[in-house]
Amino acid sequence: MQVELRQIHKRFGTNHALKGIDLSVQAGTIHGLVGENGAGKSTLMKILTGYLTRTEGRIFLDGGEVDNADPASAARNGIGMLYQEPQDFPPLTVLENFMVGRDTEPDPDRNRQRRRLLELADQVHFSLDPDQKLDKLTVGERQQLELLRLLGRGVQVLILDEPTTGISDRQKARLFEALRQIRDQGRTILLVSHKLEDVVALCDRVTVLRHGRVTGAEDAPFNVPGLLAMMFDAPPANDTHRQSLPAGEVLLSFEQVTAEGERTGLQDCSLDINQGEVVGLAGLSGSGQGLFLRLAAALLKPATGRIQLRGVPMDLKDHRFFKGTGGVFLPADRLEEGLIPGFTIQDHFALASNSNMAAARVSATEAIVRFRIRGEPDTPVESLSGGNQQRLLLSLIRLESSLILLENPTRGLDVESARWIWENLRRQFIRRGAIVFSSAELDEILEVADRVLVFYDGNIVRDLHINELDYQDVAAAMTGR
Amino acid sequence: MNELPLAVLLASVLATATPLIIATLGETITEKAGVINLSLDGSLLLSAMVGFVVGYETGSFLLAFMAAAATGASVALLVGIYGIYLGQLQVAVGFALTLMCKDLAYFLGNPYSRLQGPQMISWKIPGLSEIPFFGPVLFQQPLTVYAGLLLIPAIWWYFYRTARGLELRAVGENPQACYTRGIDPRRKQILYILIGGALVGLAGAAFSLGIKPGWGRPQGIEGIGWIALAIVIFGGWHPVRVALGAFLFALLQVGGISLQNIWTAIPAQVFQVAPFPLMILALVLVNMLEHKSIQRWLEHRPGLAQLLDKLKGDPPRALGKTFHPD
Amino acid sequence: MSRINRYLADTLLILVIVVVFTSLLLLLVGASPHEAFGHLISGSFGSWSKFSRVLNVWIPLTLCSIGLLYAFRAGLWNIGVEGQVVLGAIGTVGVLRLGIDSGYPMVTLFLAMLAAAALGGGWALVAGWLKIRGGVHEIFAGLGLNFVAMGIVLWLIFGPWKRPGIASMSGTEVFPRELWFPTLEGWRVSPYAIGIAILLILATSWILNHSRFGLNLKAVGHNPRAVVLFGLSPQRYLLIAIIISGALAGLAGGLQVSGIYHRLIPAISSGYGYLGLLVVMLANFRLLPIPFIALFFAALNVGSIQLPMMMQLDSSLSGVIQGACVLSALLVFGIRHLRSRGPGN
Repeated sequence: MQVELRQIHKRFGTNHALKGIDLSVQAGTIHGLVGENGAGKSTLMKILTGYLTRTEGRIFLDGGEVDNADPASAARNGIGMLYQEPQDFPPLTVLENFMVGRDTEPDPDRNRQRRRLLELADQVHFSLDPDQKLDKLTVGERQQLELLRLLGRGVQVLILDEPTTGISDRQKARLFEALRQIRDQGRTILLVSHKLEDVVALCDRVTVLRHGRVTGAEDAPFNVPGLLAMMFDAPPANDTHRQSLPAGEVLLSFEQVTAEGERTGLQDCSLDINQGEVVGLAGLSGSGQGLFLRLAAALLKPATGRIQLRGVPMDLKDHRFFKGTGGVFLPADRLEEGLIPGFTIQDHFALASNSNMAAARVSATEAIVRFRIRGEPDTPVESLSGGNQQRLLLSLIRLESSLILLENPTRGLDVESARWIWENLRRQFIRRGAIVFSSAELDEILEVADRVLVFYDGNIVRDLHINELDYQDVAAAMTGR
Repeated sequence: MNELPLAVLLASVLATATPLIIATLGETITEKAGVINLSLDGSLLLSAMVGFVVGYETGSFLLAFMAAAATGASVALLVGIYGIYLGQLQVAVGFALTLMCKDLAYFLGNPYSRLQGPQMISWKIPGLSEIPFFGPVLFQQPLTVYAGLLLIPAIWWYFYRTARGLELRAVGENPQACYTRGIDPRRKQILYILIGGALVGLAGAAFSLGIKPGWGRPQGIEGIGWIALAIVIFGGWHPVRVALGAFLFALLQVGGISLQNIWTAIPAQVFQVAPFPLMILALVLVNMLEHKSIQRWLEHRPGLAQLLDKLKGDPPRALGKTFHPD
Repeated sequence: MSRINRYLADTLLILVIVVVFTSLLLLLVGASPHEAFGHLISGSFGSWSKFSRVLNVWIPLTLCSIGLLYAFRAGLWNIGVEGQVVLGAIGTVGVLRLGIDSGYPMVTLFLAMLAAAALGGGWALVAGWLKIRGGVHEIFAGLGLNFVAMGIVLWLIFGPWKRPGIASMSGTEVFPRELWFPTLEGWRVSPYAIGIAILLILATSWILNHSRFGLNLKAVGHNPRAVVLFGLSPQRYLLIAIIISGALAGLAGGLQVSGIYHRLIPAISSGYGYLGLLVVMLANFRLLPIPFIALFFAALNVGSIQLPMMMQLDSSLSGVIQGACVLSALLVFGIRHLRSRGPGN
């Protein structure tokens, strides 16, 4: 099915997110949609599926105009989307998840649906147990299920939003294979991604968005520097000069720490983190990195083993003590766990610094300038963009801090912002202390860290200095090979 | 103890439990779809009053129950409109309605206070009611008891064996995902809040035309609505376990009346309120099972752990949260 | 439209909806709305004696409401206020009983008030503890404790504290006059109690809106997970908030005993705990409107007392009007919420 979008506009309040997008996608192709964060890729796709209403613009399928006012009508027109956040029901079983939906005529016969699910899975070489509860599945498997469901509904246009985030390399290979197969059946695929390697590997044609406008398009084979130039105002520089400092005193030490949580738990973890180190925690999401950081920040207690902070056992200490010794922890979920929705930037400074409102206003104003936060002291944090929320969190770190724990600090940020953040962090804190961070992107870890810990299934399977590190080996270790 | 008093006791537990079962199952349906109707204590009373008044005026049980169901559904609809379409806290609206419906019931029902009205009589199922022991317990009851008992498997079957029931559970878990799949979660929620509310209304009439016949201030069912809400949690949002919770409460109530005769030193009033905190205490105990140290202790007792795992249920994940498309 | 104008417009709109609704209801039962509203007004503001009764309701209702505000700031639904009022009353009666023959009535009264606050706060602490340790939602913990408190009162009235001779629902024996809260000549309400209420309103205003504690408490209410990272213990703030809430409710219960009933009765709380929740909701969880709304509600409560006698109507009309106020307020807030979601949606 051929898809054509004409002059699509979307406004969120005063924010003009899409400024007249034209896009044409040929039937039987995989079409990539790339651009930095906030370029408008997901918004455009959600408009195509009817999840968001458009402010202006028209949609044509095979030359005929359609309305796509809501997901149901888009689905009837043959459009299905694999959302970035899984749109499924964790407490229900795989089969039940497969069955829920009225985007086409629902079939209540469990046995028939079970056969259909297994049949479809077989076609694209996925293996799923229909009676397993969904919350026991990995993100990759949940995605596979959703893909099967969409195929089962006979989608003609399949949209995938960042499908390779959080899944293993093996799952990714299998997904790509399935997508090529689907394309060869004559269906149309739209792939939204900020990972150029995925787009290059899979797509027949790519459209680039920037700041809500189309800045270019290209057919395979792709000229990567050219794509980068269309994505960013200036191509990101690749030179990162890093010199490792000699390791200083031990800041944090884990002795045979075992803990529960995050599905995998953390098993028998022993290591020291020294002053002057930038430590990257690699691994598929949810392999124990988050648990490690929360244990280190004294937000959780280990089941067995011992954690020491500057030589002080943490058994009976809490996060206040951790903060008192110069520790900082920034969680990945900024609005859920890091900031206080409803509070302004200034309120956050008052809360963080124990100062009065007047002093907080001064520090907020300073931080806004220094960290280039797009907002005012009175701006409520929930109306800041993700990147600006992250800058705010970073600006709240006290200068005298010495142990900085960061969970996916650049998640959802574009390359430029990420680079700016890392430069700042290194400059400010590395001489005084250590930075420990987790990231879903191996490239980022290799670019930033001096030392890499690889997590797999709750174990630290590699502990390597950057100089002795082999990319293939780390990638393999992450997936348990 | 000989056979007969036990049979009488059990029959009375069953009769006491049924209205509560109907109300808790109604609330289970509503909450399973992701909406909390906190107004139960008031809407039970209001529909009890409406049921009694309509029954008194028309002499028709059918009209009385229909009017009560409509009352329960209307109150529930208010919770739905305020919570789902007007973006107000479901708990806040429900609470305000609880108090208001209660006063409305007293105010409008005032002229009908202490009047002799219709009362449901037991309906002996021919043949079955002759069975010794089981006959009097199970088969010599008012119609509402049979209806309440049939409702348990019916709702279980609807939840877990039908496509619509699957959708109902899906909406309570993740309305947004339902929306992406072409199900309008808000319409579903309104539908199930209406059905749940209607059941609550029927329960109200089952009180005022059955086990607490008549109308007055106080009517004698004040507080039951709150217990119904607690039982839904206690039963882990599962229709069968919820019904068992209702039985347990009825047992406590009926048992209390018997104990009253044994311990005469304790004022009777204490026995009347005792089942309420006991029910909450049971809720506390179920929740305590979640505690880490108990979980660790259970690790070495897999059999018990499995049993307890069956006892507790997870709330629908979207419970009380309202979904807005775009 | 300026903010004040908007509040006035909202208030007017809410009142119109309520008056129309109530009139329809009265017509439904064949009563004259004009006459009913007349009785409500004359029954509450008709004379100083009636108005002083209104103030007697206003004081405990306001205390319960501002107490609830602390709990709401921390994100807690302290539905257990009823029980906390009752426990406060029990504490007061307990101390007063002990102090009957002490010869120091003022000291006894003071200690009785302290006991009221302590027992109310302690009772609230149980609900808070159940929430934090037992994972029981505070609504159900609070309700359960309300029932328990009811049981304790009944047990005391019919058991250990029963009147010599006859134990009855009319309560325990009335205390001697020197253990009543002092009033002025011709007043039914104690000026001390009014003073206490006003002081507590002012203190709450400062604590919630200008103190560091208030800011922290609000943060805990908005995002308990995030405040941990700011070095605050959400559990501690939740407990402190609910204790303050309970202490204020307990104080209300104490004033019910020492200022109004001078004995323990089964309905000692007069439902002010539940009514306080409505007051706070109608105030949209802000402090400033609370005293005024509480006054309005108190007037309704007192004014409706004569409805049964004069018009053969049930006095629960006041509760219907109060509920209607909250529902229409939520309607107005809800429509504003819909509008703010912007055109096109």
